[in-house]
Amino acid sequence: MSTSSRCAACRHLRRRCPSDCIFAPYFPANDPHRFACVHKIYGSSKVGNMLQDLPVELRAEAADAICIEAECRVQDPVYGCVRMISLLQQQIHNAESQLVKARAEIAVLGSHAQELRHHGQDI
Amino acid sequence: MGGSSPCASCKLLRRRCAKDCVFAPYFPSDDPQKFAMVHKVFGASNVSKMLQELPVHQRADAVSSLVYEANARVRDPVYGCVGAISYLQNQVSQLQMQLAVAQAEILCIQMQQDPPAASFPTQIDHHQDHDRSLLLSCSNINPQLLAAGFASSSSNAIQDPLKKESLWT
Repeated sequence: MSTSSRCAACRHLRRRCPSDCIFAPYFPANDPHRFACVHKIYGSSKVGNMLQDLPVELRAEAADAICIEAECRVQDPVYGCVRMISLLQQQIHNAESQLVKARAEIAVLGSHAQELRHHGQDI
Repeated sequence: MGGSSPCASCKLLRRRCAKDCVFAPYFPSDDPQKFAMVHKVFGASNVSKMLQELPVHQRADAVSSLVYEANARVRDPVYGCVGAISYLQNQVSQLQMQLAVAQAEILCIQMQQDPPAASFPTQIDHHQDHDRSLLLSCSNINPQLLAAGFASSSSNAIQDPLKKESLWT
């Protein structure tokens, strides 16, 4: 039996790859690292169940998202992709503070300009 | 012989809670939902392996982030945390645009008031440039781009991310 047609998941799990393999469309044989990460973090049965619980048209996006999260967790076993969320929240906080300051400065400059105009009219 | 009550994990897994249970410090019995969520998404044995591979002083943070990810995945079974990242990236982009508009407006007003002496009105936060380039490297949900952005971010100092309570609720 040819083993070259097995998906990355079935290769990793050392089993036959059935024609209706839940993993095959999303874990092609040419990217073994992708399934290896997902298997390490979630395990094959959890991922299989997650995909099976979703309508077919959403499974590709879900597989991609799961892979990203697993890759992040492998690279950073403490924070995973939550580190990115923390960084972004910090960015938002900084940008909001700067925006408040900028708008306050606009208000001050605007009222200063108005004062100058009134002065100019009085003279 | 008084036995302390089993932790939430051992209760759910219906087993005896050993004195050195790896879950017990992080999954107290009064919050069964926390472990239930993590078990649903990651599985108890995977969580146990992950915790055992970490030094003890990092395990609490790891549990918090796993709980956060699990919650996100349960709320959004398709995109999970990645959906939240995408949403926050959009927010950052919008805020940066608004900031650029405001700074341009300041410059205009200053130039109108005092053309020869016009200078940059606000201190541009140069740290933002570094973070901006970091975030631009993961500006969409493309896995390669996002992973690249993550890889470059992991070398940055994150200032007490777990002190932001909203992250962990």
